[in-house]
Amino acid sequence: MSEEWEPNIIVIACNWCTYQAADLAGSLRYSYPPTVKVVRVPCSGRVEPEFVLEALINGSDGVLIGGCHPGDCHYKEGNYKALRRFKLLHKLLTELGIEPERVRLEWIGGSEGLKFAEVMKEFDATIRKLGPNPLKR
Amino acid sequence: MPKIGVYICHCGENIAGAVNIEEVKKFVEKLPDVVVVRDYLFMCSDPGQEIIKEDIRKGLVDRVVVAACTPRTHEPIFRKACEDAGLNKYYFEMANIRDQCSWAHWHEKEKATEKAKQLIAAAVAKARLLEPLEDRYVELNKNVMVVGGGIAGIFAALDLANAGFKVYLVEKSPSIGGNMAKLDKTFPTNDCSACILTPLMVEVANHPNVELLTYSEVEAVEGTVGNFRVKVRKKQTYVDWEKCTGCGACLNVCPPKARVPDEFNEGLSLRGAIYIPFPQAVPKKAVIDPDACISCSGRWFGEEPRRTKDGKPILAPCEKVCPTGACSRDEPRDPNGELIELNVGSIIVATGYRVMDKKHFKEFAPDSPNVITALQMERLISATGPTEGKLIVPSDIPKYLEWKKKVEKGKEAKLEARKPHVITFVSCVGSRDERFHTYCSKVCCMYMLKQAMLLKEKYPDLDIYIFFIDVRTPGKDFDEYYMRCRKLGIKIIKGKVGGVQRLPDERLLVRGYDADLGKPVELISDIVVLATAIEPNTDLKDLARKLGINVGAEGFLRERHTKLYPVDTMTEGVFICGCAQGPKDIPDSVAQAKAAASSAMSLLAPGKMRVEPLISEVNPEKCTGCGICAPLCPYGAIEYVEVDGKRRAKINEAICKGCGVCTAACPSKAITLHGFTYEQVLAQIKTIARKGVIEEV
Ligand SMILES: Cc1cc2nc3c(=O)[nH]c(=O)nc-3n(C[C@H](O)[C@H](O)[C@H](O)COP(=O)(O)OP(=O)(O)OC[C@H]3O[C@@H](n4cnc5c(N)ncnc54)[C@H](O)[C@@H]3O)c2cc1C
Ligand code: SF4
Ligand code: SF4
Ligand code: FES
Repeated sequence: MSEEWEPNIIVIACNWCTYQAADLAGSLRYSYPPTVKVVRVPCSGRVEPEFVLEALINGSDGVLIGGCHPGDCHYKEGNYKALRRFKLLHKLLTELGIEPERVRLEWIGGSEGLKFAEVMKEFDATIRKLGPNPLKR
Repeated sequence: MPKIGVYICHCGENIAGAVNIEEVKKFVEKLPDVVVVRDYLFMCSDPGQEIIKEDIRKGLVDRVVVAACTPRTHEPIFRKACEDAGLNKYYFEMANIRDQCSWAHWHEKEKATEKAKQLIAAAVAKARLLEPLEDRYVELNKNVMVVGGGIAGIFAALDLANAGFKVYLVEKSPSIGGNMAKLDKTFPTNDCSACILTPLMVEVANHPNVELLTYSEVEAVEGTVGNFRVKVRKKQTYVDWEKCTGCGACLNVCPPKARVPDEFNEGLSLRGAIYIPFPQAVPKKAVIDPDACISCSGRWFGEEPRRTKDGKPILAPCEKVCPTGACSRDEPRDPNGELIELNVGSIIVATGYRVMDKKHFKEFAPDSPNVITALQMERLISATGPTEGKLIVPSDIPKYLEWKKKVEKGKEAKLEARKPHVITFVSCVGSRDERFHTYCSKVCCMYMLKQAMLLKEKYPDLDIYIFFIDVRTPGKDFDEYYMRCRKLGIKIIKGKVGGVQRLPDERLLVRGYDADLGKPVELISDIVVLATAIEPNTDLKDLARKLGINVGAEGFLRERHTKLYPVDTMTEGVFICGCAQGPKDIPDSVAQAKAAASSAMSLLAPGKMRVEPLISEVNPEKCTGCGICAPLCPYGAIEYVEVDGKRRAKINEAICKGCGVCTAACPSKAITLHGFTYEQVLAQIKTIARKGVIEEV
């Protein structure tokens, strides 16, 4: 590898909690690795397994789905649906030979700017340890 | 081919200070379908918006991407600009390069610039796939529910009612008034709390547009802005309010075993199981507390009465004295009360606060009756308090009450209650303390000064000490208030109290530290007043969940935006005010209440409202009628209908809120969530995965 490898991390965040937490992290100037990039969806329940798979196939090294805490989903129970789908997804990833640690589900509430930054730091470190996504060859 | 204009905001230095705008521009110019790239100091300002509008009007662009702050606050502003210039406002997309880029990566300028490029590329990728959408309109119900009848809730209700809106004021205790009703006098003017509050309580209760629902709680909330359906439980009062005249005959007849700490007097005295919360209560009606009532006559409601030897029914003392038969036990009563349903367009939450109990502070001898909270001090000096405002040490209140009972019965009696000589105030008890709450309760400095001042003015011989970490008196006329206090000879000590020790004679040994003298101090005090923290009510979180609104880390309700939407919440149509939002004084609570009322008014007054069409739709050509989606929808928006003789899913657009759960679950990809379609979200994800390279379609 000519260039030094830097992880490429995608966060698929629900509009009402984790996206808000990401905004809050910024406005409180909590820094986290710039390898992290957020894509906004209305609810974690909107996240399709393909979103995660396509992210990996297209070169991302880690994907984090962020939703509201259990009981706090703006649409009542989207995050429970997300959790169920996520468990299936993890099984699939293992079968495909992808380390399940590359894909994570986190509940980060709208007031948890600090938690957002901390989770991102930690996720970035995890991905650095795992190295580049094996699908990228 | 779409013609995309990308507008990059400097946000003063906020973005440009970390993101190299020129470099980003060069990158963005090369992105597919991008025809115009411009930057400006403040894109959301009038001249900034004009730049975008001009390009739209000239026909240069037909899709707009703004790279600036967060869509959570600014998307509506730019959408409106597009619309004003004649472009469908859903041909708009935002890239968040401030809150989620420059601010977070301020010291990594190169990487921030790189990330900004990728975020903008992702927005462009989505913009290429945007579709025009039409707003929907919903009819708005013009009734409003105000939850909580403290000073904030009362004002919100009055403003709305005066403007012609029907208001349901839901209060969980038997009377409105809230914590302000417990206060003696109020800073910064020292006017009597009851004198300014009680007329308002009466006014709101008698207002033709207000329906007062006291002793009631919100059980469930359904629906959305403009059309909330609320279930309210009217708790069982065990007293027929139609008949109760509030005469008070029943107030002192409960036997000693049925007496419990009086909430209104903050536990400084006892009340019976049947009680009226306080003499100025509105409505002035009695209730029976079922947990306190011991059924001293041997029967519960609806049971057969016991009889005397000669067959006369034995009545409970309250039944016996009531002149109207309001608390008769002849009829059974449903312990669950009554469930009623309200239809309202907007909801205002004004549920206030509680103060921390002294029991949490073992170092301050909480077992001593002479260690009291500041709210208890309010009761002790209030003319409606347990001692009618006569200042005695709290440990002697029982003696006082005995004496009063005798005197009322016309007996000769001598009052042997001790008067205090030294009173010590301790500030920041539970506030600004890592062990409990890190926030400042905001009103304690001022009310301690107030209580000290009131005491000193009335009893000049009293020695009063106030221990402060620091005195915080920002506010109109507040610092002048502080100076007045100093001049009265109240001793203000900068320093912390380390501990309080209960002495055998019920006096208290206070050990503190005087930071000015730089040494420890000890003093003997008759009363120690703890300025315990203002806390959210225990049931606030539960209520917030029912309403779909957020609480912050400290437990108070969270506003939509601290500066721009201070009384709005994440659920449209639900507003917040008063201490439920955070500790504050009466002037601020009232100001917020009026803000919440006017927000509800401007929302509802037009009678209908535009809503974003960002909801889901089924394509009947693709749908196989598999039946997966309908049970997943949290709102029951999906039903199955016959289309050309086949079973197909159909989404009711008035009910769908656009969560996308069904969209994600449909195995046939038959459901589109407008604004977040499969293709759109995927394009964003792929573009970032490819580090800013947009896949050709
Ligand atoms: C010791 C002390 C002294 C003070 N002195 C002053 C002063 O001198 N000057 C000043 O400006 N401020 C003073 N304050 C602050 C003042 O008390 C508050 O600013 C004010 O009472 C806030 O009003 P509110 O309506 O927001 O809340 P509250 O007064 O707490 O009213 C809330 C109401 O909502 C009801 N409620 C709660 N939960 C529910 C629910 N789930 N459903 C239905 N109803 C519910 C409650 O029963 C209550 O009636 C003092 C505070 C303290 C602790
Ligand atoms: S988008 Fe959500 S609310 Fe709308 S129909 Fe689908 S599941 Fe129901
Ligand atoms: S999940 Fe998809 S295919 Fe199945 S019924 Fe719903 S819309 Fe039709
Ligand atoms: S809205 Fe955040 S997880 Fe559903």
